[in-house]
Amino acid sequence: MRYVKYILVLLVFVYSCKKGNDIQQQIDTFLGFQAPKNFPQPIYNLANNPVTKDGFELGRKLFYDVRLSRNNTISCGSCHIQSSAFTQHGHDVSHGIEDRLGTRNSPPIMNLAWNKAFMWGGGVFDLDLQPITPITAHEEMDESLENVLNKLRSATAYKEKFKAAFGSEEITTARFMKALSQFMIMCISSNSKYDKVMRKESNAAFTTLELEGYEIFKDKCGSCHKEPLFTDGEFRNNGLAPNPINDKGLYGSTLLSTDKYKFKVPSLRNLKYTAPFMHDGRFLNLDAVFQHYTNEVQATENLDPLLNKNGTRGIAINSDEKSKLLAFLNTLNDEEFINNKLLAEQ
Amino acid sequence: MKRNILYLVTILILFLISCSKKNEPTPDFEEENLAPLSIEFDNIVGGRTLTFNNAAVPYTNAKGEAFTISMIQYFISNVEVTTTSGQKYTVKQDSSYFLIKGSDRGTRFAKVKVPEGDYSKLTFIVGVDSLRSTMPVDKRTGVLDPASGGSMESGGMYWGWNSGYIFFRLEGNSNVVTDDQQGDPTGKKQFKYHIGFFGGYDVPTINNIRKITVDLNEAGIARVRKDRQSNIHLFVDLMKVFNGKNTFSIKENPNVMFGEFSSTIANNFSGLFTHDHTEN
Repeated sequence: MRYVKYILVLLVFVYSCKKGNDIQQQIDTFLGFQAPKNFPQPIYNLANNPVTKDGFELGRKLFYDVRLSRNNTISCGSCHIQSSAFTQHGHDVSHGIEDRLGTRNSPPIMNLAWNKAFMWGGGVFDLDLQPITPITAHEEMDESLENVLNKLRSATAYKEKFKAAFGSEEITTARFMKALSQFMIMCISSNSKYDKVMRKESNAAFTTLELEGYEIFKDKCGSCHKEPLFTDGEFRNNGLAPNPINDKGLYGSTLLSTDKYKFKVPSLRNLKYTAPFMHDGRFLNLDAVFQHYTNEVQATENLDPLLNKNGTRGIAINSDEKSKLLAFLNTLNDEEFINNKLLAEQ
Repeated sequence: MKRNILYLVTILILFLISCSKKNEPTPDFEEENLAPLSIEFDNIVGGRTLTFNNAAVPYTNAKGEAFTISMIQYFISNVEVTTTSGQKYTVKQDSSYFLIKGSDRGTRFAKVKVPEGDYSKLTFIVGVDSLRSTMPVDKRTGVLDPASGGSMESGGMYWGWNSGYIFFRLEGNSNVVTDDQQGDPTGKKQFKYHIGFFGGYDVPTINNIRKITVDLNEAGIARVRKDRQSNIHLFVDLMKVFNGKNTFSIKENPNVMFGEFSSTIANNFSGLFTHDHTEN
């Protein structure tokens, strides 16, 4: 009988080992790009750049490599920090090379395969061309693409990695960009409570408060912050007062007067980790955001019609509704995303 | 005897005529029968050759503003030629993009392959067509590689912030440029014209792509044959940037990149190119 105790202990031990191996195996088996079941078809052209283990790992190495900046101090990961859902937490505008400050809030590297345009003010329409912007921006990495490639070419560690990912050691613009894209499109946030409820996973369910918040959300927020990405990917003027530099948003890349003060609709996923909010990080918390939508929407040029219904600006949200909405928004935080080891600097 | 002399002279004349290029038979137009043709972009400034930074003897535009030039670079693409009998040939897309750099004499030729034939018309685009401007990164090689040319300061021709190429880039100095934000706050009296924008990815925006047509009849058609190098020698008069259809002042518009005014300058492009002669 006393052996039973030992056998039990042994079983527990074996079991715990087994579980550990499973996790290890999961990490070892690279699954490539997989669209979550509750997401639409991705927009990114995966056929032109299928995600492979080697390509993804190369992209990750590049994403965290300071060689991308002029004086080798800043990497993509400096302003897109995983623990802040790939934003630069606490910075209203991005803080780049030599303590230079940009003019806009660092947007999240998240669900980019479902994005049709990039940057708060548009201008970039292909993820494979997007990294050129921060690399060459004076207040971000202040480097030339040509120099970055030359630095990578002289780093022996990359020769093997480019060969593994693309078949030869040659380092070209296209390969560099595609590797970065492979990493970035793998930054998928789809394991929040909301997602699990939608996918009916392991009995996940909203609380009454969350559910009520969800209903209010669909009624008052969901047309711009469209499910399941929580953005419709469009550019809209949400009635913010123009900032001191008079950033006109999308207008800056189209010069169409109908685009003045329109900015890309941000996703509402992971708000817990991504404050401050808006294109210039002017709102330090969600209370300020609510205050804006309920009381401070300005009648600027091209104000979105959805925020100006029947001559009343803004969205009517009372304090009861607000607490319910906050409860729902809280279900959009994805802890697995910010802790996913696969996406971390290795 | 006289008759014999006449006979010999006639034969000699006939022989000479047959030797002359003019009566050489025009080859059949066959798309597969390709031969070399080059188009030379010879940058000039009014009645003078181009010299960079010639501060001692600057150029003067129609507004009476003295200026020097420090950089001139532009894309030439989508080359098309038409024979004297009206057959048109479009150079294969992948071999039809050229970056002409004033500082690098080696880049002044756009070298293409076209069917053997006699050509009286040349067309090309100043800039990069919208289709190529929206292509995947793999297709952007050679002069279209966003990494080529290095940084903006060293002569890069790609805008990252608004995905697209700078079609035409002219920079220089003029004492009329003010030292404030409107002019050159560094005090170097620089003017910069970076003309780009292909018309927008999904919504129509400014389109500064300009198609240029050059009639070769007057200054010499291009007789393209496999055994020689026909060269269409064009003058590119940079003075016409200021003095073209739209005359403008450097002082009033010292920096033109993205703005309505970029189209005003692009509209002057057609006046830049004149056919000087053809070497056959």
